[in-house]
Amino acid sequence: MESLVARAGWWLAALLVAVFMFANAQDAPFAVHMAVFALAALAGLVLSLRNTDYKLAAAGKKPAADQGRYDDDLIRAGVILTTFWGCVGFLVGLYIALQLAFPALNLGFEYTTFGRLRPLHTSAVIFAFGGTALIATSFYIVQRTCRARLALPGVAKFVFWGYQLFIVLAATGYVLGVSQGKEYAEPEWYVDLWLTIVWVAYLAVFVGTIMKRKEPHIYVANWFFLSFILTVAMLHLVNNVNLPVSLFGSLSYPLWAGVQGALVQWWYGHNAVGFFLTAGFLAMMYYFVPKQAERPIFSYRLSIVHFWALIFLYIWAGPHHLHYTALPDWAQTLGMVFSIMLWMPSWGGMINGLMTLNGAWDKVRTDPIIRMMVMSIAFYGMSTFEGPMMSIKSVNSLSHYTDWTIGHVHSGALGWNGMITFSAIYFLVPRLWGRERMYSQRMINWHFWLATIGIVFYAASMWVAGITQGLMWREYGADNYLVNSFAETVAALHPMYLARAFGGILYLSGALIMAYNVWMTVAGKLRQELPMRQAEYNPDADRPLVATPAE
Amino acid sequence: MPTVRWSQRLPNKGDRKMTTETKEPWGRHKKIERNVALLGVLAFGVVTIGGIVEIAPLFWIDNTIEKVEGMRPYTPLEQAGRDIYIREGCYVCHSQMIRPFRDEVERYGHYSLAAESMYDHPFQWGSKRTGPDLARVGLKYSDEWHVQHLKNPQSVVPESVMPQYAFLAEKDLKVGNPGARLTALYRVGVPYTATDIKMAEADLKSQADPMADNADLQKRYPKSQVRDFDGQPDRLTEMDALVAYLQVLGTMVDVNAPAAQEALKQERGR
Repeated sequence: MESLVARAGWWLAALLVAVFMFANAQDAPFAVHMAVFALAALAGLVLSLRNTDYKLAAAGKKPAADQGRYDDDLIRAGVILTTFWGCVGFLVGLYIALQLAFPALNLGFEYTTFGRLRPLHTSAVIFAFGGTALIATSFYIVQRTCRARLALPGVAKFVFWGYQLFIVLAATGYVLGVSQGKEYAEPEWYVDLWLTIVWVAYLAVFVGTIMKRKEPHIYVANWFFLSFILTVAMLHLVNNVNLPVSLFGSLSYPLWAGVQGALVQWWYGHNAVGFFLTAGFLAMMYYFVPKQAERPIFSYRLSIVHFWALIFLYIWAGPHHLHYTALPDWAQTLGMVFSIMLWMPSWGGMINGLMTLNGAWDKVRTDPIIRMMVMSIAFYGMSTFEGPMMSIKSVNSLSHYTDWTIGHVHSGALGWNGMITFSAIYFLVPRLWGRERMYSQRMINWHFWLATIGIVFYAASMWVAGITQGLMWREYGADNYLVNSFAETVAALHPMYLARAFGGILYLSGALIMAYNVWMTVAGKLRQELPMRQAEYNPDADRPLVATPAE
Repeated sequence: MPTVRWSQRLPNKGDRKMTTETKEPWGRHKKIERNVALLGVLAFGVVTIGGIVEIAPLFWIDNTIEKVEGMRPYTPLEQAGRDIYIREGCYVCHSQMIRPFRDEVERYGHYSLAAESMYDHPFQWGSKRTGPDLARVGLKYSDEWHVQHLKNPQSVVPESVMPQYAFLAEKDLKVGNPGARLTALYRVGVPYTATDIKMAEADLKSQADPMADNADLQKRYPKSQVRDFDGQPDRLTEMDALVAYLQVLGTMVDVNAPAAQEALKQERGR
């Protein structure tokens, strides 16, 4: 009973604070956000009061969860929301890609300009789609590999829904013009503070579950998840040291300025890639690939070596975003050297993932989920080769500031992060809802091909666009003058922007097919379809025709 | 000679005494795998090193904290324009960092110095040039060109893919408390004086007012440009602020002055 009163008291206090902040708000977006906070606190208050079993509470008991089952409610919600945020993120991405081809699509409203929608796209894909997938799968994997239910189930709920609140605040903020102007760290100070609270709670749930494990060893996937949670906490805190202009307004100024600010930002930015989009997703790979292939991880030793090497080396690579800038030369070179070294542990992960399929390679032919996983790891290997190459200063002098960077990011994000998440969703949905299989295996196959061909269009068009642009910028004529005006280089990219948008349409269509497939599976339907298999072998037909003599 | 696999290597004399755990070559790692605190502490320790080594020196190395003749904090109007620049996400398509290449220097002007962004909270170097670099765009075009271009970019540059920002000319500039913005910037290290902060509100209005007496403003903010920027002298709009910011970019430091050239010599390897 006391705990119920305490919990309701906390929600009420949060509600009152939010209402107070709302009443004193100095700008409209801040007022909107405080209203969102207040609604969330109200929802928390109502739900915690309604979901209490008062008879049990009066008897001084707590409702006992079934200890013989894993705590999967949040994971079910997570799978659905991952699918939803994925579709939203891809759709916004397609829209801003079309804006670059047809600027009239900016519509002339302040809320729909490329400048505001682009952070919406990047955050929707990285933090909403990727982040929800990471939280959901980490909760799933840590329970299975520890053979224990989630520690602190109430806190786990707070983590999950608190993170969704963070997404809503960030996304609405961009459209309303709330941004601190640092890429991939655009949310303002109060949203950053909220995320900090959620993240500390996440660490507590994750470590708490590992501590109550029934297995002696911590499985390798959990090393990656743990390093992801710890490092993201460090990056987030250091990069977002901001001083708000007023406690009742959205504007703040970062402590770091100029050259120091640039390096702190790209130390953060590159390791958002390294830990959010790599370490966390490698953890997914280390669980789902062996499970789906029904094979053990290829090499335990390789996983140790590449884990420590990866997390040590990644953190140094940030300065390669600042080649030839006012950052001191030694820092740039250090960043380049470590980026090139990073190639090896990255491929260690790729090799460990791909070789896990040893003895199960035939499944690539018959199992579309395995096919997707293999393609995902292949893209991981490709973009972790491309990245070190682009970090070489002479290559970077051409590629930096161009669409080549955008292409590189997307071969990683669409290929590696997207495909491994899709295959995890296809793995999880039948298990979480107790279905025999996904509604349709053939739709998974369609999704695979649409996504793969979409990425090919995306990456290829951006390679061409980036190199074209880089070469045109530096082109000199025989008269020793620059050949191209900037506007001419923009015009030259139009066909490539169309090809990129076409790739985006394919990729989005694949995701929508997935959403339909997930929907129907959850609804309990099974599509009647021919099984996915190879052509049957007919030994009777497999022989030469022998001529029979005429009568 | 029979080859012995590494994993089957027999203990040598110098090897440490082996417990049951360390009999396997990777045995010692098992200790880490069984202790989440140890795993967490080691992993966190490993990820802190790179950042400390690379970032910490930037706070005391001369060429990253040097001050160059001419650098001054932004006026309240320029800073308000900068806040709009950030709000609209201009940095996703425009860089403010000219690299020391022949083509960039000829296209955009002298390459950027570290000191030129020392009062930029946050820095806006950018990472993508969907549009051109803006580090030295100040005074390259007229105010009328900027206003026309922001309202309808395609009307002056037909190939442009930039969004239209006509709404900026329609919105009155609302800064709330300009002094509070300067105070916050002062607290994170921008050297505004007490007078600057006290006068912030008046400075904000008078810089875009050609009738006002701006002698004191221009004394406190050398080389600041004082005029109506948006072509609407009776109104102070967001367009005024943004154009004032764009027109000051790259104009503070005379990069060809001897002192600036001396500072540049310190920035090696560019």
